[in-house]
Amino acid sequence: MAVAGVLGRRSAASRLVEGYGQELVVLGAIAALLVIVGTVNPRFLGENNLISMFSGNAYIAVAAIGMSLVIISGHIDVSVGSLIGVLATIAGTLAVGDYPIWVAWTVPVLVGVVINTFVGALIAYFRIPSIVVTLGMLSILKGGLISYTAGTWITGMPPEFFIAQARLFGIPAPVYFMVVLTIAMALWMRYAALGRAIYAVGGNPEAARASGLYPERVCVAAFAMHGFFAGIAALLFATQLQVIQSTVPPNLELTVITASVIGGVSILGGTGTVIGSTLAAILFACISSALVFLNVSAYWLRAVLGLLILATVLADMARRRRHRAGRL
Amino acid sequence: MSRYLVRHETILAVLLVLALIVLSFQSDRFFTVDNLLNQGRLMAEVGLIALAMTFVIVSAGIDLSVGSILGLVAILLGVFWQNLGLPLPLAMVLGVVAGGLAGLFNGIIITRFRVPPLIATLATLALYRGLAEGISQARSVRGYPEWFFVLGQGEVLGVPTQVWIFLVCAAVAAVVLGLSTFGRATYAAGANAVAARFSGIPVDRTILLIYTASGLISGLAAVIFVSRVSTTRSDMGTGLELDVITAVVLGGTSIFGGRGTIIGTLLGLMLMQALKNGLALAGVKGDGTIVVIGLILIATIIISNLVRRETDG
Repeated sequence: MAVAGVLGRRSAASRLVEGYGQELVVLGAIAALLVIVGTVNPRFLGENNLISMFSGNAYIAVAAIGMSLVIISGHIDVSVGSLIGVLATIAGTLAVGDYPIWVAWTVPVLVGVVINTFVGALIAYFRIPSIVVTLGMLSILKGGLISYTAGTWITGMPPEFFIAQARLFGIPAPVYFMVVLTIAMALWMRYAALGRAIYAVGGNPEAARASGLYPERVCVAAFAMHGFFAGIAALLFATQLQVIQSTVPPNLELTVITASVIGGVSILGGTGTVIGSTLAAILFACISSALVFLNVSAYWLRAVLGLLILATVLADMARRRRHRAGRL
Repeated sequence: MSRYLVRHETILAVLLVLALIVLSFQSDRFFTVDNLLNQGRLMAEVGLIALAMTFVIVSAGIDLSVGSILGLVAILLGVFWQNLGLPLPLAMVLGVVAGGLAGLFNGIIITRFRVPPLIATLATLALYRGLAEGISQARSVRGYPEWFFVLGQGEVLGVPTQVWIFLVCAAVAAVVLGLSTFGRATYAAGANAVAARFSGIPVDRTILLIYTASGLISGLAAVIFVSRVSTTRSDMGTGLELDVITAVVLGGTSIFGGRGTIIGTLLGLMLMQALKNGLALAGVKGDGTIVVIGLILIATIIISNLVRRETDG
């Protein structure tokens, strides 16, 4: 009763802070970074830099949406970077061949869904921990890609292929992809039955099973959707430059996982939102660009990412402990 | 349960013998003393870390940061020796100690703050590699004195130096895991941490020591690595954790903890190295062998899970 009384008296603002705490922190960090670095070096806020920051990193945000689904469902995927590399190469190869553009756009997305459905099924039905399956997939996809392409670059795609370079009202297409997919998925996660089921299974699989859900199917569905977003991310990645390097983008999986975690997706599953992960991906883009504008060597970027992920995880654990202590 | 263990290792040993026979028919260069000793040389770094990783996984943990610790220690070795002007032996010791500190830091995050090992070491994987990159600024260190290469390129009694180091470490690890109270505590912590705590086993201290040892031995592997390839670069050991974990899991250590042996890990290591080498001799390029390792990793766990389900039920 006392708890209900406290809940009743809370203002709308405090409920907002409670529900979207991590997202607001990330948003505040982005704003602070833009203001501070923009004051030090006004070119940081120039149109060119803003566009390259938001548009050039939109594929990370899109991939992080799928990663968030997987982590919320209680799993992890360390192979997403290799998968994006493979799918981008498929897209480029099809575009260079005599296939229509829509084939080059849709086949990679389908392949992404198929591969990750398979991965999800291995995890769900053979009860192999997701870290092991995806570590294995990482080396299968990466090794397969490098030995198939031998690191050659793909060039000579038809001009219609470059969807990431298109603009509408002066804003690059990847930004639309990022914003629309994030909002759609945020609503879907909040209101759709499967979206709720992903939270339930990630929070407590046995309780979810007892309430009539099938954790195995939910896991496969989360991975399948993750494959879809990896496919879209691969398209944006493949079409943003005139060449496709047909290698695995270094550290991509780490950046994507970090975006999800810093955006408030708890690594223990069951909580987090895709809005947070997208904001975190934008924060990264700002940080890596800010390092350049503050004349800090780009070689420190990964150390900064590592510190960020560590700090966020420690804060998450501390918050959980406080939460538990409060309930007792 | 012990009957199952014996069976897994027997299967592995049979597989290893089969692989050796097939590979020796594939290429007459495979089954030569030179080639086998050279494979031992190549295997030593992964092997050393796999010994510590066996403890880590038996204790129901995982350490993804070992490759990054190796890279960081390699860079620090160069910095201590060349930039700070310390004598090389002291730089080597300090490098290994730095590896131990990195491992201790992992252990503190895991035991003090209750961060799941997977996430803690994923974060430090990025952090340690980032430190290596930031400190080195992509500069490599060369020009080590001649005596330093004995460790990675030299021989003692006709056998590569690092193979001796590996054998000694393996013997120590096997005794500690199989016969000591520390080993029993490791199994207990991995099988059921809560029960172990209630039985008065110092679970946190055990886990702290295991991760520290994992860092120390990764540091040792780094020194051997630098000595073997005679140069220091910040990307050394990238992806090494995959090889290490594959070898350990292939060797029958349960990824859920509580089960596994050093003998199994040794068999897993040898099988993996034999396949790598055999495929290379058969003309498969380096990246093709990564694919095979990934497939083996997944296949082993599926088979081991199916076998376990059968014996359990």
